[in-house]
Amino acid sequence: MSSATLSNTAIKQPNKLVLWFRYLRRNPSLTFGLLILLFLVIFTVYGLLTIDPKDAYPLAVRSKQPPSLEYPLGTDFFGRDLYAAMVVGMWQTAVIGIVAGALGTIIGTILGFISAYFGGFIDTAVTSICQILIPIPAFLIQVVIAGSIDKRSVTIFTMAFVVLLLAWMGPTLVIRAQVLSMKERQFVSVAKLSGMTSLGIIFKEILPNLLPFIAAAFIAQVFQAVFASFYLAIVGLGPVREPLLGNTIWAAQTQGAFFNGWWWWPIGPAVAMILILGSLALINMGMDELANPRIRKSE
Amino acid sequence: MNYRILTKRLLFLVMVIWAASTITFFIPRLSPRNPVRERFAELARTGGFSPEDLEAIVADYSTRFGLDKPLLQQYGDYMWSIARFDLGVSLNKFPKTVMELIAESLPWTIGLILITTILSFILGNWLGALAAWPKSPDWLKNIATSFVLFQGVPPVLLGILLIFFVGFRLKLLPLGGAYSIGTVPNLSFEFFIDVLRHQLLPGIALVLGSVGGWVISMRGMGVTIQGEDYVTFAEHKGLGPKTIFRDYYLRNAMLPQITGLALALGNVVTSAIVVEGIFALPGLGTILFSAIRSNDFSVIYGIVLFITIAIATLMVVVEFLYPLLDPRIKPQ
Repeated sequence: MSSATLSNTAIKQPNKLVLWFRYLRRNPSLTFGLLILLFLVIFTVYGLLTIDPKDAYPLAVRSKQPPSLEYPLGTDFFGRDLYAAMVVGMWQTAVIGIVAGALGTIIGTILGFISAYFGGFIDTAVTSICQILIPIPAFLIQVVIAGSIDKRSVTIFTMAFVVLLLAWMGPTLVIRAQVLSMKERQFVSVAKLSGMTSLGIIFKEILPNLLPFIAAAFIAQVFQAVFASFYLAIVGLGPVREPLLGNTIWAAQTQGAFFNGWWWWPIGPAVAMILILGSLALINMGMDELANPRIRKSE
Repeated sequence: MNYRILTKRLLFLVMVIWAASTITFFIPRLSPRNPVRERFAELARTGGFSPEDLEAIVADYSTRFGLDKPLLQQYGDYMWSIARFDLGVSLNKFPKTVMELIAESLPWTIGLILITTILSFILGNWLGALAAWPKSPDWLKNIATSFVLFQGVPPVLLGILLIFFVGFRLKLLPLGGAYSIGTVPNLSFEFFIDVLRHQLLPGIALVLGSVGGWVISMRGMGVTIQGEDYVTFAEHKGLGPKTIFRDYYLRNAMLPQITGLALALGNVVTSAIVVEGIFALPGLGTILFSAIRSNDFSVIYGIVLFITIAIATLMVVVEFLYPLLDPRIKPQ
């Protein structure tokens, strides 16, 4: 009955990595989403390392070639190598998604926080503004904004900005709701009683508890940003010279790709887009399951 | 009917419309682009008239469209004309007014949206409820899950793939347009079938893209309801599974789902418009996109405003339908 014997009979937990893998097995959407995303990342990185980015722009190679060994995805009407265009386009889409998504989440978090923590007039003002702006179809306003900008100054970052302008309301309201409920909880009062400063409470108590929501909001924002930029590009409002995936489809539509028999032109970007959005949606669903224990399956 | 709530909701609606129209008003005016000048510069390039003439024309049109008045006065005029439902004149298709263009293309858009929304709502909710029902067969649950996979895909992409596989490769259904080229619209049966064939692909794209969303939310609702006491009570009372399914599951889940419908209206309209553009159906979508291409500002802003007002109004209307659906809800 010595303590040595007792500690020898203690239950050994498998290490963290194994537990993580087991969780992934139970959560198929998260797993698939992450796998597809991984595939896309590898594709893009490998592509960026092997191609010449100049091939993604017009007049680089022979035009209207069907897929072959030299041009794995064929070329388009303007003389772009469609494989290079896909790689660069994916990279640009990723940039837009992450930049707009991150900024949207940051703004939403800060605003939601301030609104909930300080309450009063600021809270009413921020919430009312959010509630009034949400019913307005964001896409239409984005169309108006994008249509007013001088066509030559539209870049990827302009697009990210346009997308960002109408996307911050969601995370604001979500984070605000969470902070509101946390404000009343005991650990905050205890922290206050023990003399923590307001700032300390914010960073050391509330923020760590918000992290899962912030992460979920970030993924949702990236999804929204990619979605919105894609829709804008498909309509012709993107930075037209860049090989953005939506742009390629738009160019294919306006040049009548299907009518002319150049079927390979819009197919690549379409499949890529489906993979990107699908993986983000799956990860989103998977994170939902992570955050909501009721839906979790057991082993 | 409580008038205070009615007023509050109407006030909210007015605020939303005001915000949308103000944003739509100021953004183009803040940009350095002048649509009139651009339009005539384009014409000048092909027709070739002298720069002084160009300036004179631009100045004249500016006065006509009221573009040289002070900004606040323009704003006042703009707000006043909106209140009278006057959305201005199309720059491109002068002298057609924007309202005329909208009125011509609206029926196509409404038809498409109405049918696809109703179909996907019914199909999605039914499938979702079945997926949550513990006694439904596994193959049914798998079908429901596969619809969920479509949810992340914008209907536009589905549309493109459908165009490719069904229209181009298999040549089963037409590639676009509302009716076959060269057909004169008439009220005959053949024309009707022709239109249906053309609407089939965009319809399928839209339905497939939105069903998944309903399946997920309905399944979530189903899971919640299953845990409720009244369902257990009903089972113990001896009610058959079909009755429980119909009267307990579906009925209780309807209210949140209709709320979801109202919230999703914005997305529904947006997807429908873009799909219309891809398929070249003569609805609001095509008009909007041709306006974008030709920089026809009045049409762009008119359509944007119109759609915003329509969606906002619909959302408020749906809210007022709640007491009808669930007598427990009293307008608070």
